[in-house]
Amino acid sequence: MSENTCEFFDSGHRACGGCGPALAAKLITRAAGEDTIIVASTGCMEVFSTPYPETAWKTPWIHSLFQNAAAVASGVEASIKRQGRSEKVVVIAGDGATFDIGILCISGMFERGHDVTYICYDNEAYMNTGIQRSGATPFDASTTTTPAGKLSTGNQRPKKDIPAILVAHGSPYVATTSVATPKDLMDKVKRAINTPGPCYIQVHAPCCTGWGFDGCKTMEMGKMALNSGLWVNYEIVDGELAKARKVKRVPVDDYLKAQKRFRHLFKPEPNSDEIAKIQAIADKNAEKYGIDIKPVK
Amino acid sequence: MALNVGCAGAPGRARDNKTGSWRVFKPVFDNEKCNKCGTCMLICPEVSIDEDAEGYPKVNYDYCKGCGLCAEECPKDAISMIQEEK
Amino acid sequence: MLQITEGSHAVAEAVRLCRPQVVSAYPITPQTHIVERLAEMVADGDLDGEYICVESEFSALSSCLGASAAGSRVYSATTSQGLAFMAEVVFNVAGMRQPIIMTIANRAMGAPLNIWNDQQDSLFLRDSGWMQFYAEDAQEATDLHFIAYKVAEKHDILLPAFVCFDGFILSHTFEPVDIPTQEEIDAYLPAFNPLQRLDAKKPMSFGMYATPDYYQEFRYEINAAMVRAKKAIREAGGEFAEKFGRDYSGLVEGYRLEDADTAIVAMGSVCGTIKDAVDEMRDAGEKVGLLKIRCFRPFPADEVKEALRGVSNVAVLEKNINIGSRMLGAVGLEVKDAVYKSGTPVYSYVGGLGGRDIRKKDIKMITEWAKQGRNDCFFGLREELLE
Ligand SMILES: Cc1ncc(C[n+]2csc(CCOP(=O)(O)OP(=O)(O)O)c2C)c(N)n1
Ligand code: SF4
Ligand code: SF4
Ligand code: SF4
Ligand SMILES: [Mg+2]
Repeated sequence: MSENTCEFFDSGHRACGGCGPALAAKLITRAAGEDTIIVASTGCMEVFSTPYPETAWKTPWIHSLFQNAAAVASGVEASIKRQGRSEKVVVIAGDGATFDIGILCISGMFERGHDVTYICYDNEAYMNTGIQRSGATPFDASTTTTPAGKLSTGNQRPKKDIPAILVAHGSPYVATTSVATPKDLMDKVKRAINTPGPCYIQVHAPCCTGWGFDGCKTMEMGKMALNSGLWVNYEIVDGELAKARKVKRVPVDDYLKAQKRFRHLFKPEPNSDEIAKIQAIADKNAEKYGIDIKPVK
Repeated sequence: MALNVGCAGAPGRARDNKTGSWRVFKPVFDNEKCNKCGTCMLICPEVSIDEDAEGYPKVNYDYCKGCGLCAEECPKDAISMIQEEK
Repeated sequence: MLQITEGSHAVAEAVRLCRPQVVSAYPITPQTHIVERLAEMVADGDLDGEYICVESEFSALSSCLGASAAGSRVYSATTSQGLAFMAEVVFNVAGMRQPIIMTIANRAMGAPLNIWNDQQDSLFLRDSGWMQFYAEDAQEATDLHFIAYKVAEKHDILLPAFVCFDGFILSHTFEPVDIPTQEEIDAYLPAFNPLQRLDAKKPMSFGMYATPDYYQEFRYEINAAMVRAKKAIREAGGEFAEKFGRDYSGLVEGYRLEDADTAIVAMGSVCGTIKDAVDEMRDAGEKVGLLKIRCFRPFPADEVKEALRGVSNVAVLEKNINIGSRMLGAVGLEVKDAVYKSGTPVYSYVGGLGGRDIRKKDIKMITEWAKQGRNDCFFGLREELLE
């Protein structure tokens, strides 16, 4: 039986079948290689990969709390620097840990300039605790704390622009990517790791359970998000937009329809006002990052 | 086995947990159709598809959860999902 | 070498001698003079370590945790609000068995906001799995850092420790302190040799989660290490006494307790005042003594019981309040448990909160109260403010 010696995130973890974050973990560790110390936050990925004594990780890995991965990583980096060691320090944390509760520690880490790559796997809600809203939850998504109802169409706030916040901290490399573009993801991880200073990567990681789609569609969901313009893969190098993945954009409807978290926008009949608001978000993204190959008709 | 001080664990012990038992559908590969593109091996979240000596995908059914992602993404339709007999 | 120095600077000097590889702390009164002095030492090249200027106490202890797990000797310092802000990490550090030493310049907890001394802050974390030492003076505060590192890093202990000294009263006053030399400390405290660390050459997963099948055993192990720490502290204190002539081999210290009828029990700087009061009461023919508790975690119940054998009543001077408990103070609760079988009455007298002065006459008064069998209560209250 193969022991997957070149893999640093291994079989036997307890994620749902087709889990986007599990795929992200595999791709990130594969790109980062064996000389990597991983720092994790409490959340789905930590829970599905490390019930004692069955860890799925094969490089050194540490978890402390939900909101302190950036600070723990700062200490790890200072410690190994002091000892003259050369491992790379990589945080892999959820969107709740990153956008919401951990932002103090993240701001500190980026401001101090630690040589750490911070990767957020963005499944757009607190999945571990049962699909509650986070600052990364998209507009109008129904979650257990922003349920769609007679008076509500779900989460009423747009996704927070964390990459922009970290660009403002002077980060030399900030990028977004998706599990649906595995090669892009791995290239960006390698680039971030080899860029001195604090770098940030946000990985779109569709969650079948939380978003309400079949686990075999995880890649498909990521691709649909990219093709709608609701997710954009881009790179900001030294504060300048260096690259954005261009797409032949399609209306947002198909992406929304494919997920239970947006079901209320189509039942009993399509809520065209709300869908138009979401389309406007995609249009704004497209313009901001210049991703359109051909404008939508 | 004695506890580790501070709840640290040895690498890759998750392999003790055979997630293959979760499977309802089983991916079956048709090497006639396969062009060895490697997509399935790259994207399997269970790290359970390896390359055989000839470069064809080889599934480790001890861990494959039967999610169907590989079948969905295979550009050659070389993977079919078959109901497990239990 | 004997130097007249501010308590905080003596502590900073002790920390420097311990050669921490990573220091991470966030300023808060009355701890500031320690971390400022350490920053100066790093800036001048006198302390060869990384100083992380964190944005919060929460990150201070979190980064210490990461640094320690990666195999460095680590130091932090805080007090009161800062300690409370760290609380979640405090438990985590002990659970992950990282031997971090943190100085606590004891200060009251808000609200109301108050920067002055009592011992509520460290005591509220009594169950967190950290050892807790309390210093009577700057010399003891200095020396306890060496002992704390030595015990904490032992592979059969691996527990973090607070070295507590009273804010302002000790941190901001000048005293003569005998500061050991680097050679002496190097001979006493070997370089940190972690049992396991984050290391790509020997990868391990730290801080995994434990299901009900495992969790309880991890908690059992922390407590077992804490119990073992008693002996380790005695040994480390004894070795220190041999090398430096100052004896910390006991977790408690008696003063004129021999034939005492009434014992006063206390922790920290107030023990100095109590000793003066005891001398005066002894001169007046009263059989009074002091039992100073130097180590609150692990709690030396056997030593306390032994030291209090034969006394008729015990007055515990509490610089904390155990709000809502029948026993008014946290220390009294432990003392009462230690002497329970003897039936000796133990009273908690709460005072000195938020920096209120404790005078010799207060000590004489609570001694009198204990003799009269007066129940737990506050002393030094301004009755005119209360209805
Ligand atoms: C201080 C604290 N508050 C709340 C929690 C409960 N909690 C654990 S994980 C989690 C959500 C994690 O969300 P995210 O970071 O997005 O990761 P995901 O589970 O979605 O992968 C919450 C709220 C906690 N562990 N600690
Ligand atoms: S809930 Fe979502 S993120 Fe969590 S394991 Fe399942 S698919 Fe993965
Ligand atoms: S994805 Fe399909 S074609 Fe590509 S290697 Fe796998 S089975 Fe073969
Ligand atoms: S069905 Fe899912 S788990 Fe099984 S091999 Fe395919 S991708 Fe992997
Ligand atoms: Mg999430």
